[in-house]
Amino acid sequence: MDVRTHMSMVFHLDKCIGCHTCSVACKNIWTDRKGAEYMWWNNVETRPGTGYPTQWENQEHFRGGWEMKKGKLNLKLHTRLEGLFKLFYNPSLPGLRDYYEPFTFDYKNLFNSPKKDVQPIAEPISMITGDPIDIETGPNWDDDLGGSNIYAKNDPNLEGLPQEVREQMNELERLVFNYLPRICNHCLNPACVAACPSGAIYKRDEDGVVLVNENDCRAWRMCVAACPYKKVYYNWNTGKSEKCILCFPRMETGQAPACAHSCVGRIRYMGVLLYDADQIPHAANVPDDELIAAHREMILDPFDPKVIAAAKENGIGDDWIESAQNSPAYKFVKEWEIALPLHPEFRTMVMMYYIPPLSPVVSVTERSLFRLDLMQEDYDFELFDRLDAARLPIKYLANLFSAGDEGTIRTVLRKLLAVRIYMRRKTVHGKVDSISRKTLAEAGLTEEQAIDMYKMTTLPKMEERFVFPNYHREMSIEAMLDPLTHKGEVGLGYIQQPKRGE
Amino acid sequence: MDWNLFFFVVFPYISLTLFVVVTTYRLIYRPFTQSSLSSQLLERRQLYWGSIPFHHGVVWILLLHLLALVFPKALLLWNAVPLRLYLLEISGFALGLWALVGVVVLLWRRITVPYIQAVTTRMDIVVLILTLVSMITGVLTASLYRFGSTWFTGVFTPYLWSVFLFQPRPELVISLPWIIQLHLINNFALLAIFPFSRLVHILSWPLDYLIRPWQLVVGVRDRKATK
Repeated sequence: MDVRTHMSMVFHLDKCIGCHTCSVACKNIWTDRKGAEYMWWNNVETRPGTGYPTQWENQEHFRGGWEMKKGKLNLKLHTRLEGLFKLFYNPSLPGLRDYYEPFTFDYKNLFNSPKKDVQPIAEPISMITGDPIDIETGPNWDDDLGGSNIYAKNDPNLEGLPQEVREQMNELERLVFNYLPRICNHCLNPACVAACPSGAIYKRDEDGVVLVNENDCRAWRMCVAACPYKKVYYNWNTGKSEKCILCFPRMETGQAPACAHSCVGRIRYMGVLLYDADQIPHAANVPDDELIAAHREMILDPFDPKVIAAAKENGIGDDWIESAQNSPAYKFVKEWEIALPLHPEFRTMVMMYYIPPLSPVVSVTERSLFRLDLMQEDYDFELFDRLDAARLPIKYLANLFSAGDEGTIRTVLRKLLAVRIYMRRKTVHGKVDSISRKTLAEAGLTEEQAIDMYKMTTLPKMEERFVFPNYHREMSIEAMLDPLTHKGEVGLGYIQQPKRGE
Repeated sequence: MDWNLFFFVVFPYISLTLFVVVTTYRLIYRPFTQSSLSSQLLERRQLYWGSIPFHHGVVWILLLHLLALVFPKALLLWNAVPLRLYLLEISGFALGLWALVGVVVLLWRRITVPYIQAVTTRMDIVVLILTLVSMITGVLTASLYRFGSTWFTGVFTPYLWSVFLFQPRPELVISLPWIIQLHLINNFALLAIFPFSRLVHILSWPLDYLIRPWQLVVGVRDRKATK
């Protein structure tokens, strides 16, 4: 057992209101620069939809992630030798058109325009060339199902859904969508790291953040193509790759990453997960239907004395172990088993998790009136026994979060529903009856767990949502520099301007 | 002023000094500025027709030049059989033409595509023009003054070694046709601007990618050492 620590985030999708505050917070801090205008390290997609960059999940086109062939795991992008031959031109690299051309408006014209009979206008101009452009698309062009005939219809996750279900999803009374906020998943088996010919991308040992060393980056761009989530971006101005850094400077000073901190719906949780690095090769290399079980197996119980001993053996401090014990991520991922990795079939072993959304119940038309497609008598137990009455097909969620396995999604949704039913009895009816207890038991939860889940979902305080250990940066500086020398310096000393080379 | 002395003794030493000193400085102290500065994100169709022919052509051409410089005898032995000589000459000529086509496409792309103009510096144009001159004079030399792979070893190999060993013998190249002389001078010019241009990316050979482990983990502190 090789115990290591990871900072993980959990997204509670039921709480996401799609306000894009996370995206804007991230953009303002990190990507509001020349060459980075088109990047959204954090973006929020409407699902069903094609996402950003368009159709990023279509790996037949973009060739991201890993594939298992004859029991061996290989990059879908290239073999090592192929990688070197593709240095000069990488056919799988997304082009700017796959994202969008960043634009602004020619505001100067509003002030400098000569006197005319008509009001001057601010024409849209490209942020790359400065020339006037016709804006054809942008980030979230398909927000809230806008243009769903082009976007939602071509969602790769509709794969495997019967044609009639697909068509029903376009009917007004069945329309449904949810939001999917995405950042870099800081994978345990990152394809970007494996694809980089220069070896410029690495995973930080202490918290698992995947970073690009821009001093080593030579713009071969393999990382951009290899990441199945398309969360590494190429800065066309500096000629270096960039990606989400999980706001590590904030985490090191005890603050949550900007996206999580600014979240209006408070959907994001963060905490330490302990995992067994020895199990990664196995967990990444099992058949699709065993991926989630193997992934959960790899996450270790921070209360287990054997795990604690092994963690200490690996130099993990008491405060990190304690932090792992209080981690909300551990509760959602391992204890309650309701948080799932996004697209586990890409086999990069993501460390950011999603709690799938409960969707509204299907309505049917009866004498031209709409009514919920559920029996009146067990109204309260709505979907519990009839998850298929939900508007969002289970198969769709399964394609997103469990490599197509509907059983996993059903288990999670039943847990969420059971807690809802139980708490409604408790707070609305004033007492819990045997039938809601039975529902809870059927979903595999105890009453204590249900109350914990309810509290963590609806009423968590800031310090319960974000549990950060002390990074002890002062000690790591000691390891590299004489503290007395460092005393006279500011920050990390002199760092060169990130200026494009000639 | 003796132009021959300038072009075949002074200028080579100026460019070699710049190449060695400034490149070393840049590799060590300015690592951020090293990048292939790919523009594939912005424009890919013309890049495909330019970058692939140019790079795959020029890499082999450079290797053949290096071979003639380091192992002249081996090259002469290979050329001793006429069939092998023709094979080498024809493939070298074809590779040169291929690279020439590539560099023309790249220059055209850089001048005409607005997205590429947005990331073009004056040095980029200088590099492309010098490369174009190098390709044209090289291809002309190969077609007008045949069997370069053989006479190179008698002319350029001793001349270049004489320069490297600080006993320059300009007399070896003074009487060459002007196209070949231009080829030589132009390539010393390329060496001179090498450290000041995007050409430094030539020194990035990510060959360790073939053997390194897939995953890289870096800790602020050595975890095993601080146990």
